Amino acid sequence: MKPVDPRLLKWATATRRFLIASVFLAVLTSLLIIVQAWMLADALSAVFLGGENLDQIWSDVVVLAGVIVARSVIAYGLESLAFHSSAQAKSQLRMAVLEHSVALGPGFLEDQQAGDLAQLSTRGIDALDDYFSRYLPQLVLAVIIPITVGVAILTQDLLATVIIAVTLPLIPIFMILVGLYTQREIDKQWRTLGQLSGHFLDVVAGLPTLKVFNRAKAQAQTLRTVGGRYRQDTMRVLRVSFLSSMVLELLATISVAIVAVAIGLRLVNGDLDLRTALIVLILAPEAYLPLRMVGTHYHAAADGIAASGQLLDILDMPLPEQPDPADNALTVAQTAGVDLQAVDVTVQYPGRPVPALDHVSAHFPGGAITAIAGPSGSGKSTLLQVLLGLQPTETGEAAFVSEGQVQPVAALPRETFLPTVAWLPQSPLLIEGTVAQNVRLGRESATEAEIEAALQQAGLAGDTAEARQWAARRLGERGAGLSAGQAQRVALARVAIRNANLVLLDEPSAALDPETEQSVVQLIADLKAAGATVIVVAHRESLIAAADHVLNLLPTPGSDESQPATQAEVMANLPGLRR
Amino acid sequence: MTTQSMPPSDAQPTDQIPIDADLDDDGPTAAVITPGQKGNPIWRVFRSAQPVGWRLLLAGVLGALAIGSSVGLIATSAFLISKASLQPPVLWLQVSIVMVRAFGIGRGVFRYAERVTGHDAAFRSLTDLRIAIFDRLATIAPSGSQMWRSGDLLSRLTSDVDAMLDLHLRVALPYFAAILVSIGSVILVGAFVPMAGVALALALLIGGVVVPAITLRLSAATQKLVAPATGKLSAEAVSLVDHGAELIVLGREKEALAKIQEADTELTSAASRAAKSAGLAGGIGVLAQGFAIVIALIAGTNAVTSGALDGVNLALIVLVPLAAYEAVQVLPAAVLALARVREAAVRIVSVIDVPDPVPDPQNPVALEHITPGQELHLANVSCGWQPGDWVLRDVNLRITPGVPTAIVGPSGIGKSTLAAAIDRLAPSSGDIRYGDVDMANLAGHDVRRIVGLAQQDPHLFDTTIAENVRLANRAATDAQIQAALTAVGLWEWIEELPNGMETKVGRFGNEVSGGQQQRIGVARVLIGDQQVVVADEPTEHLDADNAALVMSALIEHCQDRVLLVITHRVADAARCTEVYRVREGTVARQELA
Repeated sequence: MKPVDPRLLKWATATRRFLIASVFLAVLTSLLIIVQAWMLADALSAVFLGGENLDQIWSDVVVLAGVIVARSVIAYGLESLAFHSSAQAKSQLRMAVLEHSVALGPGFLEDQQAGDLAQLSTRGIDALDDYFSRYLPQLVLAVIIPITVGVAILTQDLLATVIIAVTLPLIPIFMILVGLYTQREIDKQWRTLGQLSGHFLDVVAGLPTLKVFNRAKAQAQTLRTVGGRYRQDTMRVLRVSFLSSMVLELLATISVAIVAVAIGLRLVNGDLDLRTALIVLILAPEAYLPLRMVGTHYHAAADGIAASGQLLDILDMPLPEQPDPADNALTVAQTAGVDLQAVDVTVQYPGRPVPALDHVSAHFPGGAITAIAGPSGSGKSTLLQVLLGLQPTETGEAAFVSEGQVQPVAALPRETFLPTVAWLPQSPLLIEGTVAQNVRLGRESATEAEIEAALQQAGLAGDTAEARQWAARRLGERGAGLSAGQAQRVALARVAIRNANLVLLDEPSAALDPETEQSVVQLIADLKAAGATVIVVAHRESLIAAADHVLNLLPTPGSDESQPATQAEVMANLPGLRR
Repeated sequence: MTTQSMPPSDAQPTDQIPIDADLDDDGPTAAVITPGQKGNPIWRVFRSAQPVGWRLLLAGVLGALAIGSSVGLIATSAFLISKASLQPPVLWLQVSIVMVRAFGIGRGVFRYAERVTGHDAAFRSLTDLRIAIFDRLATIAPSGSQMWRSGDLLSRLTSDVDAMLDLHLRVALPYFAAILVSIGSVILVGAFVPMAGVALALALLIGGVVVPAITLRLSAATQKLVAPATGKLSAEAVSLVDHGAELIVLGREKEALAKIQEADTELTSAASRAAKSAGLAGGIGVLAQGFAIVIALIAGTNAVTSGALDGVNLALIVLVPLAAYEAVQVLPAAVLALARVREAAVRIVSVIDVPDPVPDPQNPVALEHITPGQELHLANVSCGWQPGDWVLRDVNLRITPGVPTAIVGPSGIGKSTLAAAIDRLAPSSGDIRYGDVDMANLAGHDVRRIVGLAQQDPHLFDTTIAENVRLANRAATDAQIQAALTAVGLWEWIEELPNGMETKVGRFGNEVSGGQQQRIGVARVLIGDQQVVVADEPTEHLDADNAALVMSALIEHCQDRVLLVITHRVADAARCTEVYRVREGTVARQELA
């Protein structure tokens, strides 16, 4: 791990201001430490050797008290500032990542790995708290204080300075060694211990099974044996790695001891006065302390860096290139009602053994209804996204074709093309607000009358009065308050109102009963009559029957064994037992 | 620091851990935490470390010696320098010089010894705790807890147990060392100048009690301030990511980002407000330490002037507070760790305290031998997942060996409960007899020597296919296991695997399909020698051909045994001679049409 990741400073600009401020505060702190040592040494030697009383050292005491108050105020300020800037930095990083994700486009957001993005950008980013609020300020102190304190000691005594100057740099060197070698070993061993809790999870989860076969109590013995073995292995590693951090501690304290003995002996010879000796003795541990504290905050900081690494990797992803409008064979306006085709399309989601689409070609006549049928897992939803130009492909592409001209969908400028498209995904977006607001997401300019008409078209309302009631109904977060079927019909109304040239519907009747399904059939027919090209993923007969063309998508070879019969199918097959 | 937190339990596959030992069940082992006992959960869990008590104590003393060495180093150095300034013969300083060097070395050495001893003790106690919990769970499984219906609860228990490492390493040991060092330092300083001792005691109390209390309070207050804003931000971010493509198609992504920005601003300003008090604990700490030094200087000076204190000791009493304060400096972190550990301990104890829903009889009849070929007879049996809360009532069944019998009915109606009750995994009332053996008089493990259950949702352990089957009968040969796997139609698949039967099934069996898991579960029953076989939905996840194969295997295995198949599939029931149907909360015989 680098002491400071430059990428973090680049994105979280709040950190830069904070670093500058903390350098200032660190310099101030070190000056106060030096003054404190001075005052203490002055007072102690005056009382002990000079025989002075409290009144005579009173000025020292007052300055000392002032220094302590000032140090406590700075300690408070530095820590509060650190937390404050941590909040700012996290916010900057979070917004940068989310904005960049959106700019990366729907393909990225739909991607499997993006599932963690929400978690990563909210609670995950909190792992950076310790990095910003503890580790970074400590790092600054560890650079500034040894230098200033070292200079202060230099003005007092050369020998002590030499001792410190030789031993002090060994601490970061050992820290790096610990970081490079032993830390890796420790981490590995902690992961092994993680396996132990994995084993515990496995046997507890399997307890009912173990109990059925009378193996449960026997397993307790295994837990003991395995636990003992893992403990011995772990301790073997820890004994070695603790050794290297012992060297760290040893260096710090033994150097102070050496300094103390050295100045003690020179005092005896009269080479040094008590005041100077005390200054050196008080300051010496202060020089080592901040460096040792860096090690203390190392772990928490490393966790944060690991979390931020994933975010920074997203920020490093290059944005997709915007298509050059001049290259287009067809303008967006010219794509209305034009045939659409997919040629040799392959889509491979990362981490999946089988491609979602394997060299699929299909033709969708313009101004007609095409149904896409096929078993689940055959890539129907993925194909819709390819047709939208949202899903990057391994091979092939989707394109509009008109009189010999071929216009790839992905190359159309999104800001003008997407408004001509309506897409109903399997679980459509619903926002907090009225049903009317949800429908209006389809077209901002829609009038109330149009919304009411759309609600009727979607089969949600039978007449205008009912539609008006529906329009005014308030939904909770994520459309709370609606059944799955009602939610689907609100989203359908959004499709109806969009006046799109290309309509893509992903199982629009999945949550609907046969009666309401008829309204979907009617809606599709209406959309076609209005001149739209309609492509609908369908399971049900009635939807497929309503299509002009049917495309059967076969599952990619290598999928799992046979589909299990569903409950409904099975119970329907029980006539012999039904009375 | 001495520790780091445990990595998440799902970090690695558990490949080299055996799932079994060559031991049979015989009664409970000694529990480290007694169920149903009163007392503070954290104390009950902590007391479970009694077997490693002296190791922990040793680690605590070593930790105190480590920090004590720092105090000793500054004290002896101050004395050495003061003494040396009087320019005595060097010989007079020898003892001090040796002590300074010893303390300089002692710090690192004692710290090392503390970490080794402490970690060793903590790991030992963790193993004991795992076994205690496992033991208790083994008694109440599966009906005594929701645990086996929720993966979340299970993995939370696992990480809760891991959190107990912190109880020892991050809470108990630092506190112990802090108290010892504080007392020692106060006595040292107080012996010279009582007033300075009092001031040091006060400073240490502020640092060890007040500052941690403030830290804990602030952390809770911050959480309260920040949590709602975090929740809102989370919801918006999830919505953006889940519906990102749709938002872009609708041209609404900027709006969604603006909403997130709004939530983020709210969160950041809440966090910034909380930050204002974040430095309070640190500031007070510096103040308390400084207070002790200033008072020591004033009181010490007066003592020297009045002749009560030899001036050579003045530096010692003024500088000791500088080092002694280190003992309490880790306590704010310890208090925060304690708060986390407490939540985990409460959950652990609540698992342990669940009453056993299916206790064994007080004086179980020993099962000397099992006569093969007897009938299974259920008379007026009622069963459910909790005693008295019956899902099925007054079930009467008589199943003859070699006469395959089915119970049909839709899911969720209580069929599985009946299967569990017959195997003493769920409570029941009424008579369950095998021949002339009244099963109510037997201990649970003897019941399961008579009855073999093929579970609806068998757990596959993270080991090989062969070991997963062998679980049912340690004595089974490879040939027997192969025969069983062949009977359920898995052998063709296994033969094609590079490692055959020795192929690992992965964590929770996730490297084999649902249908394969189900059939491995059935194969277990086929290698067992139980006279009664109860199969709970043995053909779940299977297509018609494989379902037929599994039914044939069970019927073949039970030519001379009692076979009860619980199913919702008509094809399975059709293979059985007798069919019962669950209706109106009981089981009635069904004439086949």
